[in-house]
Amino acid sequence: MQNDIVLSMKKICKTFPGVRALHDVDFTLRKGEIHAVMGENGAGKSTLIKVLTGVYQKDSGTINIEGADGEITIRSPQEAQKYGISTVYQEIMLCPNLTVAENIYIGRYKDPIIQWRKTYKESGKILESLGIPANPKQQLGSCSLAVQQMVAIARAVDMDCKVLILDEPTSSLDEKEVKMIFTLMRNLRSRGVGILFVTHFLEQVYEVCDRITVLRNGELVGEYEIESLPKVKLVEKMIGKTLDDLSLIHKKEEAYKEDTAPAYEAVGLSSNVCTNSFDFKIYKGEINGFTGLLGSGRSECVRAIFGADKVSGGEVRIGGKKTRINKPIEAMNKGIGYLPEDRKQDGIIEDLSVRENIILALQVMKGFFKPFTRSEAEAYANEFIKSLGIKTPSADTPIKSLSGGNQQKVILARWLLTHPQYLILDEPTRGIDIGTKVEIQKLVLKLAEEGVSVTFISSEIEEMLRTCSRLIVMRDRSIVGELRGDEITQDKVMSTIAKGSERDEE
Amino acid sequence: MKNDIRQSGRSRNDFTQLLIPIIAIVSLFVFNMLRDPSFFSIALTVNNEGNYVLAGNLISILNSASELAILAMGMTLVTSSSGGQDISVGATAAIAGSVFVSALRNGNITPPVVLLGFLACCAVSILVGAFNGVLVAVFKIQPMIATLILFTSGRSIAYWINGGATPTVSSPIIKAIGGFIPGVPVPTPVFIVIICCLAFFLLFKWTNLGFYTQVVGINQRAAHLNGINSTWIKILTFMILGICVAIAGCIRVSRLGLINHETILAEIEMDAILAVAIGGNALSGGKFKMSGSLIGAYAIQALTTTLYAMKVSSMEIKAYKAVVIILMVFIGSPVVKDTTNRLLRKLTTKKIPAIIERS
Repeated sequence: MQNDIVLSMKKICKTFPGVRALHDVDFTLRKGEIHAVMGENGAGKSTLIKVLTGVYQKDSGTINIEGADGEITIRSPQEAQKYGISTVYQEIMLCPNLTVAENIYIGRYKDPIIQWRKTYKESGKILESLGIPANPKQQLGSCSLAVQQMVAIARAVDMDCKVLILDEPTSSLDEKEVKMIFTLMRNLRSRGVGILFVTHFLEQVYEVCDRITVLRNGELVGEYEIESLPKVKLVEKMIGKTLDDLSLIHKKEEAYKEDTAPAYEAVGLSSNVCTNSFDFKIYKGEINGFTGLLGSGRSECVRAIFGADKVSGGEVRIGGKKTRINKPIEAMNKGIGYLPEDRKQDGIIEDLSVRENIILALQVMKGFFKPFTRSEAEAYANEFIKSLGIKTPSADTPIKSLSGGNQQKVILARWLLTHPQYLILDEPTRGIDIGTKVEIQKLVLKLAEEGVSVTFISSEIEEMLRTCSRLIVMRDRSIVGELRGDEITQDKVMSTIAKGSERDEE
Repeated sequence: MKNDIRQSGRSRNDFTQLLIPIIAIVSLFVFNMLRDPSFFSIALTVNNEGNYVLAGNLISILNSASELAILAMGMTLVTSSSGGQDISVGATAAIAGSVFVSALRNGNITPPVVLLGFLACCAVSILVGAFNGVLVAVFKIQPMIATLILFTSGRSIAYWINGGATPTVSSPIIKAIGGFIPGVPVPTPVFIVIICCLAFFLLFKWTNLGFYTQVVGINQRAAHLNGINSTWIKILTFMILGICVAIAGCIRVSRLGLINHETILAEIEMDAILAVAIGGNALSGGKFKMSGSLIGAYAIQALTTTLYAMKVSSMEIKAYKAVVIILMVFIGSPVVKDTTNRLLRKLTTKKIPAIIERS
């Protein structure tokens, strides 16, 4: 092993039933470097970390760490700790009702009696040396989130750590707090700690990291020096498409008229999860899309439109008329439908039948005291089972025994049945087979021809290129660009994602 | 796609849900048949008021299970919507019964007064239900903890209402409610249960109560995104259970002709929860079958009556009851159910090649 290498993982494989989470992934961490692991959700970042921290056992591959002879096996987080691998997670896993010093030392006392004076003195020293603005006797819960996060890091570092894993430590912090964490990270780097940094924020990677390892679909894309990999290239590597790949033709014409009032318009809309307010409008018969990497705030935006989260501000106009949408039922009554991103958590009522799942939204709109008769419900269900080609033994089958694609069609049927004027589809094609995907895309185009406005969100850019006539590009929870007509190319989308806020400054 | 094998046997599970409480009742009856066939004899006798009335163990089961059956139906709804149980029903019944009795003791007991008393008692129980419901739905307190408040304090409140005494009511009307209407040989509580069943049937037919309750119980997030106000649905189910409690309380008061706040419907909450469970309904909420809980309630009463018929003393009865309940719950447990289903499937796969075609 080279001298400066502190950790090396070679040909790591990990398979879960039905999913190949990691396949022949290499990862090397050197002393005194900050190394980002990048990839979209599901690329294998968290599995890699969990293998390293002993939460999961690798199926094959080797792990070597400095200070241990030969190959090591990590069977539990305690063992990882023993080898000097410490982790700080996104959520702070400390006890907010104990003091800072107690949190640093908790579970590590060797003496039978706690020497408080010594504990406070030692932890004071650690805090001071790392430049953490906290008093050892202060209750942890009274510190800011950033300081709590820093205390977690201090605790990890004090446990004689060689490899520090930071799993999205900045995602709930504001800019100033992020800076504090970065200062601490640089400080640790200069002490020779190897830091593995996971984040969704591209800018942060370029601010502190020395090296990037990119994963995609559980496979290693490559390891790069930060200087040699501009942002655009990084986005390409993460998504797995090159900028030259322009073979896809965008056929959609702008069929809608912009001189009429938009079918839906929002000004300065925000919700309690979509805190950056945004402007948005859509015309009758238009298909637009929100694009951006996962976690860029696409879903939060459309949820705000539908009133799914608590709306905190903004103005909404439908057909030019001012109105309010604070709850899903209000959106539904104004002709808006929303197919949620997470089919299992937000979409299906798993124990109920296909029939009940199809009529749900229309039934709620019709009212509590006006249930459909069995035969009405049966007729609606059978109509859509036929027209969408839902494969189910009968309308009475519980939805959970259907395949993912057919479940999605049921949810789609649920909203089509309400005859929406504006339909929001958040990842309607995720995790379903290619045939159904094409069917859904065709259906979207057909709906637009009939005058329905559609917002289409997909992680697969080709899909958006094929269907959308306007693309709203998002990054780091705000809108960074809007593409229309000929501008809608993969090239342009990715460069807009990568450039981001710089675009506004130009 | 990645489907669990477990999931495909749903239609069979629907069938087994009712099967278990039915098996419980049938096996109790078979046991009684072998033990003493006279258990089933029904006689027409003359009671103290000079009416011809039906008597016998079967009538006794039907009659005595009334309060439990009504509470079990309400408990099913609460269980489905909230994924938890209301353990305050016994104590609330004490409050409801006390309100009923104090309303009656204010003057002559005439039918309008009884009706008013019943309505007052309903109002109080609905209020209690709303209190529990708000704690559960708005403040997101675990149902068992939320209802623990009234479980603990309910009987004390009833004590205050009664002024520390155990007041009695005596009137032909009350006797008719708790016993027999002159000229009708079937006990009145049985009719009240039938009315309640009918009321629930119509409620489910004319409103979306049953549908929404299940949607909320299965997937609250999806319910919200489809425009259902799950907070209100949960509160509503607790309020409906409140009405059930009021009815059960009034029946019991009328049966005894007095209110004893310490003993009235004591520990019935546990039997009601048990009835829901024996009925094959998941205590974690979601999909429910009210008929299951209803049969469960009669199964529990059949067991109690059988034990009484065997001259088991009331002190010992609980131990015997526990043994049988363990058996029932064991048979109904998911592990046993799954194993049985698997065995059944093994036996039947050759005849029926595919249960559900998967795409």
